[in-house]
Amino acid sequence: MSLFRLKRSIILGMKSLWMHKLRSLLTALGIVFGVASVIAMLAIGEGASYEAQQQIKDLGSQNIILESVKPTNTTTAGEQERSLILEYGLTYEDISQIQATVPGVEVTVPARRVKDFLWNQSNSVDGVALGTVSWFPTMKNRDIVRGRYFTQMESDDRTPVCVLTKSLARNLFPLNEPIGQTVRMQTSYFRVVGVIEDDPAIAAAESELDGSSETSDGMEMMIPITTLEDHFGEVLFKYRSGSFEAEKVEFHEVTARINDPEQVMPAALAIQHILERNHKEVDYKMTVPLDLLRRAERTKQIFNIVLGSIAAISLLVGGIGIMNIMLATVTERTREIGIRRALGAKKRDIVFQFLIETVILSGAGGILGVGLGLAIPILVTQFADMVTIIQFWAPTLAFTISVLIGVLFGIYPAFRAADMNPVEALRHE
Amino acid sequence: MPEAGVDTVTAPSTSTGGKPVIELRGVEKHYRMGSVLVKALRGIDLEIFPGDYVSILGPSGCGKSTMLNILGCLDQPTVGTYLLDGIDVSELPDDDLSMVRGKKLGFIFQSYNLIQQLTVVENIEVPLYYQGVSEKESREIAVELATKVGLGKRLDHKPTELSGGQQQRVAIARALSTDPSVILADEATGNLDSKSGSDILQIFDELNADGKTLIMITHDEGMAERTPRVLRLKDGEVAFDSYTAEK
Repeated sequence: MSLFRLKRSIILGMKSLWMHKLRSLLTALGIVFGVASVIAMLAIGEGASYEAQQQIKDLGSQNIILESVKPTNTTTAGEQERSLILEYGLTYEDISQIQATVPGVEVTVPARRVKDFLWNQSNSVDGVALGTVSWFPTMKNRDIVRGRYFTQMESDDRTPVCVLTKSLARNLFPLNEPIGQTVRMQTSYFRVVGVIEDDPAIAAAESELDGSSETSDGMEMMIPITTLEDHFGEVLFKYRSGSFEAEKVEFHEVTARINDPEQVMPAALAIQHILERNHKEVDYKMTVPLDLLRRAERTKQIFNIVLGSIAAISLLVGGIGIMNIMLATVTERTREIGIRRALGAKKRDIVFQFLIETVILSGAGGILGVGLGLAIPILVTQFADMVTIIQFWAPTLAFTISVLIGVLFGIYPAFRAADMNPVEALRHE
Repeated sequence: MPEAGVDTVTAPSTSTGGKPVIELRGVEKHYRMGSVLVKALRGIDLEIFPGDYVSILGPSGCGKSTMLNILGCLDQPTVGTYLLDGIDVSELPDDDLSMVRGKKLGFIFQSYNLIQQLTVVENIEVPLYYQGVSEKESREIAVELATKVGLGKRLDHKPTELSGGQQQRVAIARALSTDPSVILADEATGNLDSKSGSDILQIFDELNADGKTLIMITHDEGMAERTPRVLRLKDGEVAFDSYTAEK
């Protein structure tokens, strides 16, 4: 097949399609929507899973996060009711056992929380003092926005220094530079040495981990855990809206990092065993970001299969529409086929002519579909505020599929055209 | 007439006059209509020589259409042989039959049979396209032929913009485009008014005068007086052949 013949066939095909503009447009519409939905679905699906995975990755894929959770059925612990102090959660013993027995546990980040108002002179924010260690930012993948984090030396010396989260800094010091200022909680004062970025896991924690503990919207002030102990003691008292509550929690949160990514799941199991043995009630919660990640990936796979099937069905429907119209066209142009055969066209010339026409139809539909498919994610991002990701191969794939559909669904009508008896075709009215 | 792209393969020259361009030997065509076997042609022997101007006449149902289909290589005989320009076409496979149609035969139909979405020039180019003639060459041939049949100023018109007589001229130009050995005309003036009809017949006369072999299939008795050779078909047989009658 020479290039000239191909060119001629394409021009001829376009002319024939142009003769029935509306019909051609309507026929191609099935493919347009099919292709557009493939691209849009891939972009939205990819964006959604990217967002989820990013949030999970921010938790650290080699980390295991343990949290203390207030037990729901406190009535069983009659002893605790009498003592007026609610004792629950992760203990020093848990942590030392984990560090001693679970292989591969590299470092742990313990944290304790005190929830109360934070003050900058007369300006106050309902927040949290988070007692933790100096390697907290590295473990949690959190960047220091301004200043610095507190040091090991400050921690050892129980220095009253603090690092504010970005949103806390903005709320507490809306107009001036926070570094060097002091923040008050209850009767203690802390000097601000740095600002750290907000916890990216909060959103993830809220959506994925079905509501986390008492983090009040990321209004956190990080101080050395030793300093926290010094200033607030082991038992935390809460006076809120007239009620009184005292609780003793040794650690609110412990993050353990496992050095070998392969060992994360076995380590999680081992930790689970230790905690089950040490705690009569489930007053802790374990989150394994890697597990969440794997689950998210599996969800994404299922999501992709579902979306892919929907798109495939719509393309199939589009293809059937094309075939239907091409069969009608072949019947309608029986006489033309007869004329061409009489004038020397071979069967394969007729096949080629109709196949080209179908491919032009589906290819044009594919191009329009790619245009629409690229526009939809932009609109979704604009109006629904969702992340969409268009991968470079998605439009290429969708367009290729549309052309293949043209070939696939064009073959039958084309062969039907070619197989017509020239004598009968010429006699056709 | 341009020679481009229509070099004859194995055929002997049509100008010798000695060898027939069409030779039918005991040609029969049978159709099965339900359980009945219909014999549309019953043993036709016929020779047509280069430069002949023949009209095939006969009442409807005499086998004229079947004769045209066989002569035009649109259909193949059930029994017998058909030599066209020395080639036995009665057993040719479909693709070769298409090539023979395109190269050796020119068709002119009663209802013109132009392709509606193509212009005058493009219609004339159709047979050349299937013969694989280059774009430039076929355009030259088409323009020349269109001019020859008096449509030089309507090259880019669509068939719907032309009168019946003009459409039939396009069809004639198209039939001539590959410089075929035989031109077959099926009731070529049947759809035309008498003025346009006689114009078309005038063109046929000129073509024959130029040495073209023309076969007219018609039921119009007037044609019998126009063409030097007349064949009459009756019940699938040649009832009268002026050529053999003269002898």
